[in-house]
Amino acid sequence: MKRFLTPQGVVGFSLIFAIAAIGILAPLLVPRDYATRMKMAARLKPPSLEFWFGTDQLGRDLFFRVLLGAHTSLGIAAAAVGISIVIGLPLGIISGYVRGRTDNVLMRLVDTLLSFPALLLALTISAMLGPSIPNTIIAIGIAFTPFLARIIRGEALRVSAMPYVEAARAAGTGDVAMIIRHILPNVIPLVIVQGTISLAFAILAEAGLSFLGLGTQPPNSSWGLMIQASRDYLDVAPWTALAPGAAVALTVLALNMSGDVLRDVLDPRVRS
Amino acid sequence: MSGIDTMNPSPQPIIRVSGLRVEFETDDGVVAGVKDVSFEIAPGETLCVVGESGSGKSVTSLSILRLIEFGGGRIAGGALEFARESGEVIDLASASADVMQSIRGNEIGMIFQEPMTSLNPVFTIERQLTDGLRRHRGLAGEDARKRALELLREVRIPEPERRLSQYPHELSGGMRQRIVIAMAMACRPRLLIADEPTTALDVTIQAEILGLIDRLKRENGMAVLFITHDMAVVAQMADRVVVMYRGDVVEEGPVGRIFEAPREPYTKALLAAVPRLGEMQGTSGPEPMRILGDALPTAAPPRSEPSTKGGPLLDVRHLTTRFPVKGGLLRRTIAEVHAVEDVSFSLARGETLSLVGESGCGKSTCGRTILRLIEANSGEIQLDGWNVRSLGRLDLQRARRDMQMVFQDPFASLNPYRRLADQVAEPLVNFGLASGSEITDRVAHLFDRVELPRSFLRRFPHELSGGQRQRVAIARALAPSPKLIVADESVSALDVSVQAQVLNLLMELQADLGLSFLFISHDMAVVERVSHNVAVMYLGRIVEIGPRAAVFGNPRHAYTRSLLEAVPIADPARRRPHDDRSFRPLSSPIFPLGADIQPSIYDEVAPGHLVLKSAA
Repeated sequence: MKRFLTPQGVVGFSLIFAIAAIGILAPLLVPRDYATRMKMAARLKPPSLEFWFGTDQLGRDLFFRVLLGAHTSLGIAAAAVGISIVIGLPLGIISGYVRGRTDNVLMRLVDTLLSFPALLLALTISAMLGPSIPNTIIAIGIAFTPFLARIIRGEALRVSAMPYVEAARAAGTGDVAMIIRHILPNVIPLVIVQGTISLAFAILAEAGLSFLGLGTQPPNSSWGLMIQASRDYLDVAPWTALAPGAAVALTVLALNMSGDVLRDVLDPRVRS
Repeated sequence: MSGIDTMNPSPQPIIRVSGLRVEFETDDGVVAGVKDVSFEIAPGETLCVVGESGSGKSVTSLSILRLIEFGGGRIAGGALEFARESGEVIDLASASADVMQSIRGNEIGMIFQEPMTSLNPVFTIERQLTDGLRRHRGLAGEDARKRALELLREVRIPEPERRLSQYPHELSGGMRQRIVIAMAMACRPRLLIADEPTTALDVTIQAEILGLIDRLKRENGMAVLFITHDMAVVAQMADRVVVMYRGDVVEEGPVGRIFEAPREPYTKALLAAVPRLGEMQGTSGPEPMRILGDALPTAAPPRSEPSTKGGPLLDVRHLTTRFPVKGGLLRRTIAEVHAVEDVSFSLARGETLSLVGESGCGKSTCGRTILRLIEANSGEIQLDGWNVRSLGRLDLQRARRDMQMVFQDPFASLNPYRRLADQVAEPLVNFGLASGSEITDRVAHLFDRVELPRSFLRRFPHELSGGQRQRVAIARALAPSPKLIVADESVSALDVSVQAQVLNLLMELQADLGLSFLFISHDMAVVERVSHNVAVMYLGRIVEIGPRAAVFGNPRHAYTRSLLEAVPIADPARRRPHDDRSFRPLSSPIFPLGADIQPSIYDEVAPGHLVLKSAA
């Protein structure tokens, strides 16, 4: 517990909890039409007491749009990263542990996917499946898998060559037990760090897809969609980009900070 | 009076360290790596700083070059007075970064431990050798090249012209360390710091390198600060000795006095634990290690005698293990490494057979092949009725209960993420030998057996010292009650006092449980103490095998002799005249496919004492 209480940990985790709470609670507490109600008289108003973050080109309150957009953005990102871990972790571990032909086949497959930029891949999948939130999740999840699988394979390869794996084999440990008891626990820290970084990228990927019109559909709000919409008004109303942009930046920062701390906390070598 | 000149005490020292204190900033506050260290070194003198891990000896050496600042340390007190070439004496502790840069690699040279990593792999030898010359001496082009050649000749590297254009990976470990020494010598330093310069090297190469450093010191009148953990090396190299313990100087004095009449209990204990090659003459069985403070006669474990009842426990016949060397565009096998070549021996119940040899001789591969962690190419392994090589998956699993292994590195052979109790319990679970609370009980008993407190059961490996971890590894090996334990360099990574304790534990276990050990080691002095029988390996073959007394007392194979001659003895009165030239032919265990490989044929020079007839 003490390890969480570094300055970095306190700030990082407080931010994460706050952002997650907003993502979960805002849709329950804030009526949806706060974010969709248009006031034509109050278009592109700068931040004020009435509109804390200002308003957009349709006179919608940006504060509530950021608040309600958190749900979509974070939900999609978390689910997508979840998918990529669920597929990438076993793929990487099997590849790195079994090696040989299995590794070759799996990794050539991964390399093929990896040769497309992740965003392009997500775009293609999303375009094939059609624009909807579940499809966006699937698209980003699949697009992020090869990268994760590659990294996990490298780590599994490293861990498999450790003397304690040989020692366990000499002590009669079978393959399944070896993976569960020895390989997995040593790979998890990397997954956590990589997962938090991926989460940040997934938020941006969702923003990108929405920007291109394939992610979240209006009138629902997501941070990416808001950044997209702000593009045309950047010179007259920069706050329209600032509010969702700052939300993305803050979340990514909080994720990175807490990811580092979490890795240390989970490492028994540091935990003492 | 004319006598005054000769009465004059030692000439002005090149370096005088007084009251050095070095602190490190850590999460748990400030920790002192070195608390209060003082010494001085005169020109032409070798001062050995000796101590176990964590004694602060390396921190001391790094502080003199102020390299410690790059490792997060800070010189918190004391002075490092260095007499420069100009005659000026400056305090290195407060010198500016510019001055330090003009001193490092120029007036003070440094040799690091790892010749593999202290050379930059992407530059040629010439480039690395002339770096310091260009910087400090303003030499360039042909002049620098000439000086580099001179240096290579000085460190007696064969074919120096060819070496200049080579890259580090093209050279052997011993050669690389010679290059590192040549680099340190490039600008004729007044002080040479050598931090464990031979620890990573084989014993025959170590002898050459020690001889080289000694000769360079005599020829150049340098002061040498020699850092080591090895008392035998100290005995061979030092003029004076500083013994360090936990950041403090425990004792200082001339080398003869330190070895003959150590004053401090710590020095005495350290010296007592060092095995001395040749001290076992006239005995036949193994002897426990001396540990100061233990009442020896009563604590001495009962001597175990190998039993010949029921035939040998382990019988290895014509064992051969080869690794493919892949190459070419299609990654086809183009040659083979003959790691183990036609090796035969047998091991009785309760016996210790040592496999000794230098790195790459195949001793570890041999041990792993017997456990089938590596598959053999041919040969037979009989373990207590099991024909190990022909066992299927399930039978192999059963056979592995009888043969366990203790590995070299206690830091790497335990999983950092599992509790110690779980790791020791692992073989019990795997072999289905116990379940539920029985497991807990048996693990606790195993902890008692290897003399670890039960409070360690719930801990993680990083909380333990090296010796304690190795005890955990031994407990894990003991868990399935094996008959054979393969101990692969199991004490090499441990400090000498801890090494003695772990060796005694192993001998005690052998006496109590009738275990057989296949003891794999490069350390001749340890092998002499612990073995019944010894097999000397070279390039994959056993060149000499027999009772320990015969192999050590009457070595018949040329390689065994050269190995025994190269071992430094922890006794300054028995210094060996070092010849620092390398006489060993470069031989390699790599053969092309289909090479004509002769079987190993032995002469029996005495009952049980076999010597390889001819080098195939």
